Amino acid sequence: MTAPVLDVKDLSVTFHTREGVVTAVNEVSFAVKAGEVLGLVGESGSGKSVTGLAVLGLIDPPGLIAGGSIKLNGRELVGLPEKDLRKIRGKEVAMIFQDPMTTLNPVLRIDTQMIEAIRAHDNVSEKAARARAADALARVGIAAPEERLKAYPNQFSGGMRQRVAIATALLNRPAVLVADEPTTALDVTIQAQILSEVQTLCAETGTALVWITHDLSVIAGLADRVAVMYAGRIVEEGSVAQVLEAPIHHYAAGLIGSVPSRNKRGVPLAQIQGMTPSLANLPPGCPFAPRCAAATEICRRVMPEAIGYEGGRAARCHHPLSSPTPVAA
Amino acid sequence: MKTPIITLEGVHKRFVRKLDAAERIANIFGAGLKDQVVRAVDDVSIDIAEGEVVGLVGESGCGKSTLGRIVSGILDASEGTVRFHGKDTMEMSGTDRRAADLAIQMIFQDPMASLNPRMRVIDIIGEAPVVHGLIKSSEKDAYVSKVMETVGLDPTTRARYPHQFSGGQRARIGIARALAVQPKVLVCDESTAALDVSIQAQVLNLFMDLRRELNLTYLFVSHDLGVVEHISDRVAVMYLGRIVELASTEDIFTSPNHPYTRALLEEVPRLEARKKKFTSLKGEIPSPLNPPSGCHFHPRCPFAFDRCSVDRPAFKQIAPGRMSACHLNDEPARGAGTTPERVAAYPTPALP
Repeated sequence: MTAPVLDVKDLSVTFHTREGVVTAVNEVSFAVKAGEVLGLVGESGSGKSVTGLAVLGLIDPPGLIAGGSIKLNGRELVGLPEKDLRKIRGKEVAMIFQDPMTTLNPVLRIDTQMIEAIRAHDNVSEKAARARAADALARVGIAAPEERLKAYPNQFSGGMRQRVAIATALLNRPAVLVADEPTTALDVTIQAQILSEVQTLCAETGTALVWITHDLSVIAGLADRVAVMYAGRIVEEGSVAQVLEAPIHHYAAGLIGSVPSRNKRGVPLAQIQGMTPSLANLPPGCPFAPRCAAATEICRRVMPEAIGYEGGRAARCHHPLSSPTPVAA
Repeated sequence: MKTPIITLEGVHKRFVRKLDAAERIANIFGAGLKDQVVRAVDDVSIDIAEGEVVGLVGESGCGKSTLGRIVSGILDASEGTVRFHGKDTMEMSGTDRRAADLAIQMIFQDPMASLNPRMRVIDIIGEAPVVHGLIKSSEKDAYVSKVMETVGLDPTTRARYPHQFSGGQRARIGIARALAVQPKVLVCDESTAALDVSIQAQVLNLFMDLRRELNLTYLFVSHDLGVVEHISDRVAVMYLGRIVELASTEDIFTSPNHPYTRALLEEVPRLEARKKKFTSLKGEIPSPLNPPSGCHFHPRCPFAFDRCSVDRPAFKQIAPGRMSACHLNDEPARGAGTTPERVAAYPTPALP
């Protein structure tokens, strides 16, 4: 067994707001190995993006990493001073954001931005950096990269901008790449292009990928493992086949059921009643209990512990849906 | 045959940017600049029958929203006719036109941007029916409560402002506002795109319930093929201002005829796929300012031959109830539609 590149244990992130302390990420644990793709799935407000930002050390006040550890290649990132984080960020762990227009600086040319990213971490000449930037653009399928380097972000289309952002993120061959909904704003054809490129690049460089999305169908085709988040917690984790074919948690099952798919045409979609609870005002027990058809008294009172099941999966549910054998802790 | 509720015949929509003063002066000195014309909708004809759900799909910039706006009467066509119950909307009398406009309502993508943040929900939903004389203002309270119940909103919240509702509830307010004037047709422009999957499922189910209860007709504009497949009876595929294929949902998704439809379907992520190798259609949708000659799709089409770059393919019937605009259908030797050779050359998406 290879040691995981990224090992997150019991991570909690809180935000101090006027309504009190909100725990956006609550005791989240996951690990990603080199070359592996982990899909982090959840709806708005489930804490998936905050988890991604925490890995990069990008939680700013009023946010705070309240507990837990994030280990990158065995090195603890939580509590590291900003000076050291800057050396790691963009070098060993990089991030792609949803909206490439806000990622790229609109008043600087692409070359300025990419060369800066290279020279921030490597002591190379500008010429060498430019060659590397052009090479990186070529690898994400941008034609005439030397020419395009001189362009401004507004001269690129949405899909092209996202490619530039991906090329920039992969410039220093990071060990871990966190991608926060990078294809949500794109058309299916462009999404397929980006997915195919990210797939190839990560396979080539052995980069571990954390793909954050609300779209289960993308995860189905892209990821090895999937973690489903709800109200700040990972409620189920396992291989893509395990979770999508035989989910344990009722929320995961509901999420899969609500994807419109061809075998259920004309029939009402399985829908989850109600809506995601406010993080500032979570029920004492399982946060999903008010929307769950199988909820009983215990669900409303006691927060279910994460239980490990056979086949390396885990879930937090008092009434598991399918019945895999629990692994004794 | 019954008259379709909506008929579009040769509808065009052009957006023109006129030359500014400096450019006109440059032209005096022989710069030869021309007005910039975007053909957002380019000769589209389609019938929508009463009670039908027609899905309209395509990539950003293909003109699907513009077409939706023409149908709903927000934009007028530059050329061609739009008929409602067989009557040309441009030649209708004022009262008829108003009735037609009321009967075709639009539901927008972003529920926050399409609701006035400074109006209470009761006024958002109740304003139009009072103005149009459907109800008296003394009845507004009861009427709005009834409409809110239809879409699954709690009527006791009617005095609140839009920001006090969640995204899914705001989508329902948008739907309630459209329903308040008792429309026959709903044009949904990416109405579920901004919602979470579980909320999207609730709203889609609501659309289907309303269709049953109120016998509504839908034009469902979306880039999400999964949603369109689920909700539609027929699907129209648009590319760069033109409809390239129109067929029943079943036909489109099991045996697409047009190479673009085929490519589009191939790239839809599916739940059933496992660690699939994503392939990709080369290139991006070209600029509508300067569309390719002949068939707009030919630069990206794996089957393009010389004629495709010259002639515009006619949008014609290829089988009962199926329309497609592709030269391959005239050239059996090159393999039209879904012959085995073509399937081999361009594998169909794995269907469950």
